[in-house]
Amino acid sequence: MSFITGVGLTAYGRHEGSSTLDLMSKAASLAIADAGLKRSDIDGILCGYSTVAPHIMLATVFAEHFGIRPAYAHAVQVGGATGLAMTMLAHHLVESKVVRHVLVVSGENRLTGQSRDASILALAQVGHPDYEVPLGPTIPAYYGLVASRYMHEYGVTETDLAEFAVLMRSHALTHPGAQFHDPITVADVMASKPVALPLKLLDCCPVSDGGAAFIVSRERTGEIGVRVLGCAQAHTHQHVTAAPALSELGAEIAIARAKEAAGVAISDVRYAAVYDSFTITLAMLLEDLGLAGRGEAASRVRSGYFSRDGEMPLNTHGGLLSYGHCGVGGAMAHLVETHLQMTGRAGNRQVRDASIALLHGDGGVLSSHVSMFLERVR
Amino acid sequence: MSGGKHALADWTTGAEAIVYQACTPCGARQYFRRSFCVSCGAPDPVEKRASGAGTVYATSLVCRAATPETRAHVPYNIVLVDTVEGFRMMAHGDNDLAIGDKVTARFAQFAGRLVPYFARATS
Repeated sequence: MSFITGVGLTAYGRHEGSSTLDLMSKAASLAIADAGLKRSDIDGILCGYSTVAPHIMLATVFAEHFGIRPAYAHAVQVGGATGLAMTMLAHHLVESKVVRHVLVVSGENRLTGQSRDASILALAQVGHPDYEVPLGPTIPAYYGLVASRYMHEYGVTETDLAEFAVLMRSHALTHPGAQFHDPITVADVMASKPVALPLKLLDCCPVSDGGAAFIVSRERTGEIGVRVLGCAQAHTHQHVTAAPALSELGAEIAIARAKEAAGVAISDVRYAAVYDSFTITLAMLLEDLGLAGRGEAASRVRSGYFSRDGEMPLNTHGGLLSYGHCGVGGAMAHLVETHLQMTGRAGNRQVRDASIALLHGDGGVLSSHVSMFLERVR
Repeated sequence: MSGGKHALADWTTGAEAIVYQACTPCGARQYFRRSFCVSCGAPDPVEKRASGAGTVYATSLVCRAATPETRAHVPYNIVLVDTVEGFRMMAHGDNDLAIGDKVTARFAQFAGRLVPYFARATS
């Protein structure tokens, strides 16, 4: 058994003058305190990567900086799926009694630490160096390709996609740590600058500074426990050119495996935390995961199904699209928010029932997937 | 790149050609060059020149580029094309291409490189 025993999250946006290690340290301190632990209790460290400060041994660079001598430490790299992949590994590490308390941490000054061009360029290198990168694609273009095909096959429109941006912004409005606090409308999304059509500026998550961390432990440390019920991964390809057909993408494979590992069905889920790098990412993943029928996710947004007081509250902190995206920490904020909801600490964002949560992360261009179910235990 | 000593030149090295590999034992086709078949693992797939004919699978018109060299070309259309030979490739294409369009390849200069460029087939 394993429990998420503490969470820590900084505001996302501009942290002028803060380094990767500063943001990681801040989030780690918050998570350790939240779990009611001391830093000397931490015997495992898993961390992500930083595009601003790349290092071949970031986990131990951080451990030294933070003042921990762990029994187990290394970095993990699966793009946007890294946060949940680290959580899955931490779950297995504590279950198999390798360590007692794993600190999962990431942070990056991706917004103020480098130019936006440098950030876009660094990320575009996930393309194939010989067959894709010379064509000048950007991350939005890779997702734009996927979007064009998905819209073609399932009759999804640009207006449909805009609904997801509006929903995430409406959630961010209620979180003081979110990067964006100006309300937007579907018309605003439609009128925003074209980036890589069909995706426009407000279909894309921002670049942010921020840090996130949590503790995965063998036993719960608080009154309310948040237990990892089961999790699974799927990796179908790396490059968009080599992606399988839309009907065979990895989210469906990962969720099927996770359901089996956790022994739950989608109908048991009360709260959803789903990766939303772009509006199309969220639309596709919701439908791949079975949280909406094919081509029907947008109409569920319109009917309030994914709103804070709806049947399946989704990314109530505002997601990558509006809370912000600082790299690996970006999707870790989804887990932090899920934990706050499950433990009844989400304040004005609190949903009625978050007893069972589904989390899903996507890395690359829908190429690496991690699905996870969490359960609240008293 | 790992094409072996008999590799045919293609656009990735500045030649006006699209090259793919075919596996003799299992018949699989692959676009990314390797010294083995990715389906069955057999060594030395045969290199062949593609005709340049295909069908548009997906498109994305890039309006915001990340480097000064590529910014000079915006907007440019990134396309995925399913070739008649049976492999999928990424390329550039006319800005008004739609999914399902039959296309043929020529070659164009882009940011100091030669790249495959698809236009609607005239038939």
